[in-house]
Amino acid sequence: MRVTRLMLIVASGLILAACGNKPLPEAQNTSESVGPTTSTQGAESSGVGSSALSAEQQAMEAAKAAGVIVYFDYDRAEIKPEFVPVVAAHAKFLNGSPQRKVRLEGHSDERGSREYNIGLGERRAQAVRRALMLQGVTESQITTVSYGEERPAVQGSDEAAYSKNRRVELVYGR
Amino acid sequence: MRKTVAVFVCFALSWFALAAKAQLVIEITKSAEDAVPIAIVPFGWESSGAAPFDVADVVAADLRRSGRFAPLDRKEMIDRPTQADQIRFQDWRYLKTDFIAVGKLMPEGAGFAAQFELFNVLTGQRLAGQRVTGNANNMRAVAHRISDIIFEQLTGVRGAFSTRVAFISAEGTPPKQRYKLIVSDYDGENQQTITSSDEPIMSPAWSPDGQSLAYVSFESKASAIYVQTLRTGERKRVSARAGINGAPAWSPDGRMLALTLSRKDGDIDIYTLDLNSQVLTRMTFDPGIDTEPSWSSDGKKLYFNSDRAGGPQIYEIDVANPNRATRISFEGGYNARPRVSPDGKKLAVVTLDRGNYRIGLIDLASKAMQVLSEGRQDESPSFAPNGAVLIYATQDRGRGVLATVSTDGRTAERFSNTVGEVREPVWAPFPQR
Repeated sequence: MRVTRLMLIVASGLILAACGNKPLPEAQNTSESVGPTTSTQGAESSGVGSSALSAEQQAMEAAKAAGVIVYFDYDRAEIKPEFVPVVAAHAKFLNGSPQRKVRLEGHSDERGSREYNIGLGERRAQAVRRALMLQGVTESQITTVSYGEERPAVQGSDEAAYSKNRRVELVYGR
Repeated sequence: MRKTVAVFVCFALSWFALAAKAQLVIEITKSAEDAVPIAIVPFGWESSGAAPFDVADVVAADLRRSGRFAPLDRKEMIDRPTQADQIRFQDWRYLKTDFIAVGKLMPEGAGFAAQFELFNVLTGQRLAGQRVTGNANNMRAVAHRISDIIFEQLTGVRGAFSTRVAFISAEGTPPKQRYKLIVSDYDGENQQTITSSDEPIMSPAWSPDGQSLAYVSFESKASAIYVQTLRTGERKRVSARAGINGAPAWSPDGRMLALTLSRKDGDIDIYTLDLNSQVLTRMTFDPGIDTEPSWSSDGKKLYFNSDRAGGPQIYEIDVANPNRATRISFEGGYNARPRVSPDGKKLAVVTLDRGNYRIGLIDLASKAMQVLSEGRQDESPSFAPNGAVLIYATQDRGRGVLATVSTDGRTAERFSNTVGEVREPVWAPFPQR
């Protein structure tokens, strides 16, 4: 029991250190994003639970390292090749942790009409949802919401700002 | 040319004046190239001290904004008459003014009264005269009422200066912003916050009776459509289905909302929702994005935006038989957010014009497009209830502000009396007479 707890502490420490090495600004902005704090129920019960938790932690860490934001081209909703591994890492984590749920928040840049942009954000969130489901994630693990252009990540009216705002954020709740 | 038209209008007017006695109507058609010159003389003040309010200033601004009048600059006024017997018509003829309005402001009870008269400068005929009273805390309403009377007298079209608009403001820097739904006078004055949230609020829509607003709020961390009655503040959540709940639009009889839903499968389509029975009827069936519905004035058709052919374009469907959609917009690669003009003959849209998002007007008969605005990112056009002017959102030095443009494209104005990032203005219907 004592060993288990120690392992957990060490594992947490490693994860925290890893977090410090690779800052993800958007992830840190929200308390609901992927984090090192998970349920300790498994650790309390047995050594087997502990190793399962460790696998979950590893998958979560891999997903987080891959990134929690998928960016898109103007007026497009296809997942670009460089973001395929991002989605795959999250699929792996969600497959190994069927009790966890992810919220896909779709966004657009500010150009054009607002409700059409809500449509674009939804289409992007749906593209990520489909990709996750094709990789085994169950429907009940995923919710989508589109904010269109209403919640930009950065302010600005140039392509640098636009490209950061056309995105889907993968947000984990409890 | 300018002079010729003005003179012609004068003669036409005087002829009509003789022929029709009381009701004088300018035949304003698309060929009327020039705004009609009018003098709104500063009102006299029938009490001690300085006048508490400049009625004439607000009236002149209203008339100029309509695109149909060119109020004379005060600096050019050689005289400041405040009643009929003080007007030397010959002087005003020299200033090439077709009409003149004079008046006085006086205390009355707890508020004020404004007495004004309108004359034809050429004939000297008195066209209108009225005493308008108001509260001390809303003198602008008195001025807007006078503008309405002058506008209707001279154009035959009901003035819309006493109407209101609703719009959204966002304050603060992303990603942390405070969103508000605001109702104000049509010129952005007298702002009143209807609701506010740390989550986005968008897409306000007036009920046809002007008593309620439907809007989208993300306050529950997902989109939902609410209907709020302004007088009582009573609020109902009418749609909070999985996925998008957006773009609410009231049917002309006020019984239904057209709205956009994506449901669970993410297929973005337009539906109608019967507000009493809650019956939901699907209106579009395309796998593309179908959104931004707008009802025709007879309630039989819906105009909407769809990217079924690639980019966003405007389509029309028959509400009773929605299976077949007809494409309406053909000019340009991006046409979105249609709004039907009060006479049902035109659609205001957001159109991509040589790399800029601008307000365009599509003639429904000819399908021809006229670009009205000149901004880089103009959006959300909304017709005044008399169809004379459009209000829309534009960018001014990186900040979202409100602007108006007359529907003939002749006069445009920006309002700077708002705070935060302002967007999505929607013009309220006429108040019930």
